[in-house]
Amino acid sequence: MNLSVLSAAIWSIVALLALSACGAVAARTRLAQVLIYPLCAAICAAIGALALWGLLRGGSESLVLPLGVPWIGSHFRLDALAALFLAIVGFGGCAASVYAIGYGRHEAAPARVLPFYPAFLAGMSLVVLAGDAFTFLVSWEFMSVMSWALVMAHHKEPGNTLAGYVYLVMASFGTLALLLAFGLLAGPEGHYDFASMRDLVGARPLAGVALMLALVGTGSKAGLVPLHVWLPLAHPAAPSHVSALMSGIMTKVAIYGFIRIAFDLLGPPQWWWSVALLSAGAVTAVVGLLYALLQDDLKRLLAYSTVENIGIIFLGLGLALAFKANGMGEAAALALVASLLHAINHATFKSLLFFGAGSVLSATGERDLAAMGGLIHRLPFTAALMLVGAAAISALPPLNGFVSEWLLFQAILISPSLPQWLLKFLTPAAGAMLALAAALAAACFVRAYGMAFLGRPRSPAAETAREVDGFQIGAMSMLALGCLLIGILPGPVLDALAPIARVLVGQALPAQSGQPWLMLAPLADHRSSYDGLMVFAFIAVSAAASALLVRAVAAKAMRRAPAWDCGFPDPRPATQYSPSSFAQPLRRVFGALVFGARERVEMPAPGTTGPARFTLRIHDFVWEGLYLPIAAGVGRIAERLNHLQFLTIRQYLSLVFGALVLLLTLLTVWR
Amino acid sequence: MALISDYLVQGVQMLLVLALAPLVTGVVRKVKARLLRRRGASVWQPYRDLLRLIRKEAVIAENASWLFRAAPYLIFAATWVAASLAPTFASGLMFSWAADLIAIVALLGSARFFQTLAGLDIGTSFGGIGSSREVMIASLAEPALLMVAFTLSLLAHSTQLSSIIEVTQSPAVGLRISLAMVLVSLVLVALAENARIPVDNPATHLELTMVHEAMVLEYSGRHLAMIEFGAALKLLLYMSLIGGIFVPVGMARSGDPWPAYFVGMGAYVAKLGVGAVALGVFETAIAKMRVFRVPEFLGGALMLGFLAILLLFVSRGHL
Repeated sequence: MNLSVLSAAIWSIVALLALSACGAVAARTRLAQVLIYPLCAAICAAIGALALWGLLRGGSESLVLPLGVPWIGSHFRLDALAALFLAIVGFGGCAASVYAIGYGRHEAAPARVLPFYPAFLAGMSLVVLAGDAFTFLVSWEFMSVMSWALVMAHHKEPGNTLAGYVYLVMASFGTLALLLAFGLLAGPEGHYDFASMRDLVGARPLAGVALMLALVGTGSKAGLVPLHVWLPLAHPAAPSHVSALMSGIMTKVAIYGFIRIAFDLLGPPQWWWSVALLSAGAVTAVVGLLYALLQDDLKRLLAYSTVENIGIIFLGLGLALAFKANGMGEAAALALVASLLHAINHATFKSLLFFGAGSVLSATGERDLAAMGGLIHRLPFTAALMLVGAAAISALPPLNGFVSEWLLFQAILISPSLPQWLLKFLTPAAGAMLALAAALAAACFVRAYGMAFLGRPRSPAAETAREVDGFQIGAMSMLALGCLLIGILPGPVLDALAPIARVLVGQALPAQSGQPWLMLAPLADHRSSYDGLMVFAFIAVSAAASALLVRAVAAKAMRRAPAWDCGFPDPRPATQYSPSSFAQPLRRVFGALVFGARERVEMPAPGTTGPARFTLRIHDFVWEGLYLPIAAGVGRIAERLNHLQFLTIRQYLSLVFGALVLLLTLLTVWR
Repeated sequence: MALISDYLVQGVQMLLVLALAPLVTGVVRKVKARLLRRRGASVWQPYRDLLRLIRKEAVIAENASWLFRAAPYLIFAATWVAASLAPTFASGLMFSWAADLIAIVALLGSARFFQTLAGLDIGTSFGGIGSSREVMIASLAEPALLMVAFTLSLLAHSTQLSSIIEVTQSPAVGLRISLAMVLVSLVLVALAENARIPVDNPATHLELTMVHEAMVLEYSGRHLAMIEFGAALKLLLYMSLIGGIFVPVGMARSGDPWPAYFVGMGAYVAKLGVGAVALGVFETAIAKMRVFRVPEFLGGALMLGFLAILLLFVSRGHL
């Protein structure tokens, strides 16, 4: 048999599933605990390499396997878009597995993780390769359930069962929306494979509804506000390498689902579709970050920051749809490529940051920022690598986060040529929100990094932490290197994305590899250009030169002394700025509006000896205003319907008869 | 030949910004002192201060990490790169394409990132107060600055500073409301970003009013010198941006004959002088505001920038 890329990828997935079965049987044995993660890493690396090869080689392959529904079978397809996301899954999975070789040794209950971990990876790969709605939905559900099982791995910790429950409810809701979306996409004849959906152009009156359903379905998995509530609960609850996969990779699979439906299957877009995307994306970006700014739990902070980045990606996709609907091919390609690059970047630095958080967790046993501090002395390698991740996610040049945000800004700056007035007002507002999000991201990660790694240790655990093992550091180094390389050499990456843009929006950006000095000039180079390599070289050279020069001229002497602190240093670490005091100015600026934050200070009357009290109330309006009422409503209805459980057999039979009559009447009237 | 002169102009600019930055700070201080009827230190005093700091022994806190020691050089380098790539006396610099206006804003963001981290490194309450207030100010000032960048880019069809200046140099630009709004917004942001009155006080030693000074409180010797130099460069960069974009008089273009470059340099020094005097007068005439009034001040800058963009989006059809 001629082994194509696609079939090789499917064989790798089968290997992952087999590994999962081995894990289920032998998870308690030492051999399985030692072998599963390295094997996962090898298989994922193979999947990533295959996908990369498929992406660079171009073209598409498809395959029908006699599985699933009879006469339909299971379609699999590997085109440029699928190859890109399969590469993200493969390399992300590889990094997570390498990390887990070290991190998994601290796992208290490996039998709860090992069977599900390879299956989760397999599920994500299958979603990306699916070529019909049935395979897609089954793989999607498989991915959800496997990740749910991993979230529940530590089910005895407080809060985790709630996290698992909310996740399960939201995942089912999302799949329901996707199921309905595919129903509309399938058309009256019910073509469930993507190829016939794609050919069914023109005869789709409810395309807008299908798009909104797809947005809800994939958005609930990716974490669009207000569908994000499960994400900050569930992502931190899982073991850290799984958190990295869920936040960094699984959200990208959801993005893939949306791009597949909106840009590929739905046919030519309407301009107003982009309005929903732009507004949801912009709101998600800013609100996600404001939540992140107030979190004291490091992993939850990272999960909220994922919400922000998903908002940025959806914002870019909205722009791309708007341009595509107006026939502006080059601009659409720019916005689409910016979003795809941001998806790659986010997968890289968010995995890195979650690994770092996991290392801190395994070194100190703490997720609470208020119990950390000074870890840069205890975990020097982790601290240096986390610094790269924090700078990259804050969109600082010359790292990768800046490149994708820069491309998005360039796309926004072309948008005055959009003819629709609503979009003319909306895109600058979205640009302003994006700018605000970029600035807030820096604030958020200065706080997270500063509280965890800088300052003085705030707890005995932080004081005695030990550096983590080589596998964890190796996995983080790989990703940090990725952040730097994509940042200084974005040209080849953008060129690799060109075939995707050509298929999805009909045009691609001009080739970047031929530009002088490896510069990036997505449109004409008098319009805008950026050269990460040059900026990196300039900063490195001028920092090194100034350091050498100053050292040559300056006094060599350096003395260590107690901190100055304006003459009144206090030896107690509690006098440092705490995470919540660091967030206080920003909470005062934004909190009253977004969270209804109220601070109250009660001072005792002069002369009395009572304590002064400070109370802070913060509301989560999405949770209190949307989810709690729905939950209460469901509870109330359930209580009303409860007495249906206690009827006599006669009453049940008449109930069945009534329902039958009602349905038959409906059917007659409908015809 | 043209290539060599391009390199030469770029090199001259890199050195010129270094040479002039302390002088601008010195002139501002002198003007403020004279307005308060003090004699004030010489305008060359900042150079002497830098030299003195460099020669002194550096004293750092016992628990300072490598980040604390590396940060001054990184801050200085990022600011210097930003200042070297922004047009000062000539547009169309050799390497100006390496970073457009958005990238220059982001480079200043990188400098601030390390500055705020360094403020947290020792674990003192003053460092924390400085850093947390700095990120609050930056979280509003940076978007406002990006709004300014967007407006200028929309006018010029380019985010390149050189192209923007070509447009504002041409007579076609005329008087525009959006440009006026952007100028006001940029000035407000510049005051906040450079820790000037009314947002922060560069001369304060009242602990609770410090922002920038609180962050650098633990620095001494050569590290402090680099930070002070970086701050002076940043002030110079903002003055060059305002002068270059809104008063592009006399600026040389690439390909001009030699005398044009000298005219450009003369005009640049004159613009810096005017800017420094204006800043001194402004700072003397106004009082510092409470920290929690700053968001309103910067929110105003953000809104002005946003309105300017909206005007451009609405008033123009096709780019």
